[in-house]
Amino acid sequence: MQVEKFCYDNKIVKAFGYATVIFAVVGMLAGLWAAIQIYAPATSLNLAPTTFGRIRPLHTNAIIFAFVGNCIFTGVYYSLQRLCKARMFSDKLSWIHFWGWQLIIAAAAVTLLMGYTSGKEYAELEWPIDIAITLIWVVFGINMFGTILQRREKHLYVAIWFYIATWVTVAMLHIVNSFEIPVSFMKSYSWYAGVQDALVQWWYGHNAVAFFLTTPILGLMYYFLPKAANRPVYSYRLSIIHFWALIFIYIWAGPHHLLYTALPDWAQSLGTVFSLMLIFPSWGGMLNGLFTLRGAWDKVREDPVLKFMVVAITCYGMATLEGPLLSLKNISAIAHYSDWIIAHVHIGGLGWNGFMAFAMLYYLVPKMWDTQLYSKKLATNHFWLGTIGIILYAVPLYWAGFTQTLMWKTFTPEGQLKFQFLESVTNIIPMYITRSVGGGLYLAGALLMCYNLAKTIAAGKFIANEAAEAAPLPKNIKHGKEHWHRWIERRPLTLLVVSLIVVVIGGVVEMIPAFLVKSNIPTITSVKPYTPLELQGRDIYVREGCYTCHSQMIRPFRDEVARYGEYSKAGEFVYDHPFQWGSKRTGPDLARIGGKYPDSWHYNHMDDPTSMSPGSVMPAYPWLLDDALDTASTPAKIRVMQKLGVPYPAGFDKTANQDLTAQAEAIAARLKKDKIETPANKEIVALIAYLQRVGTDIKLEQQAAAGKTTMQ
Amino acid sequence: MKFINYLEKIGGVDILGLTSFGIFFIFFIVMLTWVFKTDKRKIEEISRIPLDNPEQ
Repeated sequence: MQVEKFCYDNKIVKAFGYATVIFAVVGMLAGLWAAIQIYAPATSLNLAPTTFGRIRPLHTNAIIFAFVGNCIFTGVYYSLQRLCKARMFSDKLSWIHFWGWQLIIAAAAVTLLMGYTSGKEYAELEWPIDIAITLIWVVFGINMFGTILQRREKHLYVAIWFYIATWVTVAMLHIVNSFEIPVSFMKSYSWYAGVQDALVQWWYGHNAVAFFLTTPILGLMYYFLPKAANRPVYSYRLSIIHFWALIFIYIWAGPHHLLYTALPDWAQSLGTVFSLMLIFPSWGGMLNGLFTLRGAWDKVREDPVLKFMVVAITCYGMATLEGPLLSLKNISAIAHYSDWIIAHVHIGGLGWNGFMAFAMLYYLVPKMWDTQLYSKKLATNHFWLGTIGIILYAVPLYWAGFTQTLMWKTFTPEGQLKFQFLESVTNIIPMYITRSVGGGLYLAGALLMCYNLAKTIAAGKFIANEAAEAAPLPKNIKHGKEHWHRWIERRPLTLLVVSLIVVVIGGVVEMIPAFLVKSNIPTITSVKPYTPLELQGRDIYVREGCYTCHSQMIRPFRDEVARYGEYSKAGEFVYDHPFQWGSKRTGPDLARIGGKYPDSWHYNHMDDPTSMSPGSVMPAYPWLLDDALDTASTPAKIRVMQKLGVPYPAGFDKTANQDLTAQAEAIAARLKKDKIETPANKEIVALIAYLQRVGTDIKLEQQAAAGKTTMQ
Repeated sequence: MKFINYLEKIGGVDILGLTSFGIFFIFFIVMLTWVFKTDKRKIEEISRIPLDNPEQ
């Protein structure tokens, strides 16, 4: 057969590779800054854009979508061409994809710091950026499938299945979770409310970990590990089981992020069961990776690429054992809301994602620049800095997590809570400091890599178009009697559809009952929509990223009820677009903050938290006291809420601002009684209105019930 | 536009659980059957795809 000559496009791989390195450093710097802010709140500079509540989403988005995202694209654009023996389908689409993605990242960085956020973790970006992501993702898909359809290799190697599953599932997750109704340019409200919003969000959040941070990286593992070790993967059969079992089971496990919350019990149990089953495919994948190196461990000693991969795969195994264990209700009861979870995700992030990305870069750069790595010794030093960094990061946070939980849950013999919440914070500050040292070491390692790669690049000569040759696929393949799976794997679109069906099933089973069966969210009659001022205040709460440190979800435990008040009910959140349950308690839960302190306490606390709680690590929010509330947006906000089913009376949008002003003046008057003079039109007044409302509706019902009993 | 509780109740909601378990069970049986019955040489051939590069 006639052999065709063609060349692989390395230029696009280079571009994505550079972006990976740049955003690794940017994302880690943001993370380090956020980590330092926790014990040194003054490093927030008392500026709105640089407070923890905005830097933390910047860090998570930069690491997930900018660093790991670009790493995925680097690896996919390199390996897909070679696995398909074909150049990328369209150079133009490749570059639209590249520049589109970088623009999205730039827009994300600017808007997150400006406080434009949807308030849903890992999906904070506002609606115009969500749309841009969708479009660029489609461009990537067309380019990927175009390449696959033009391939000169009959079979689709397992790495490509992982890429296909990633593409289709991320598309589905992103679209479903991003349903939101725009209020204005850069402001929207989630279509879902309360429990349903939480369910969708954690179905998304969990599977963003699965299908953005795991499956594409596994695809990279199945390509680059055999490459680097120069031997096929240990068991290709196992890789097939790994693939199907992983994508099938992963999608169901989201509710394990919501154990003991107001989510219906059956949904929580479903999440737990599937999370436990996840151990098997995850460990199958890990063992498959490690066994690939059987008899080649001498190479691991020599080759920094393999060193990074071994630790990465081990961290994958550790994180995927820990994940299912954390989804057991009794372990979740201890770990949730604590720093344990932060340690857990960083085993995955620093160990698995980071180290796989480094391994890939150390492999690719010498190959594409046709040279040797500048210094193996520096790479080995990077490896050790990174590894020690991970340990110094994770161990103190595990310790901190246990300490927090123990302190939260300890009662005195008299039956009182033994510790103030603040004591649990100040007690673990040494752990927070050590953690940031670990993160600093890890970042230092990454900087060593930058230097090493720059030197390598300077010494080599870039091969922009790598020549290759292969025979084209015969036009008519006889199918005859062959196995169905080979039939599937020759047909990428069939594989796409089957993958989609497999991941849709889990989502559908989880969501349909929660959306359609009313008894899952019992109505509480005293729960009423927010007043216009409270709604505006709530948007400030969302804007400042309060949910990054404060939960609004009291679990039905003795200590939480004793500390915060009545546990949270599903029916309390029916008007919460978006839900603000949070996932971490660096500060105390706020679900029953309403009425707990006078207005003046909140006013002073926002100006300088240490004035009200000495030793507090909360940043100050002085601009809330100065900035005027934007009331022009009120009518539009009310109208969108009405569209979403919040029962404001018809025409309320026209009178909402009168209502708002009246309530604001009442609060200003109360503040005045406490000797605080403030105009009623400041943002702080709206925030106080919201905070004083949170969690109080249910008390009205209890009062009503009590009233009834007395009357009888 | 509302996305809340169109139905008060799903008739026979149990069927949802049973069906999903059924799909799950069948899916894995079929996959495992295939994996263990397939031709070893073919599998070996596919697993070498990344290595069949001239650059090696």
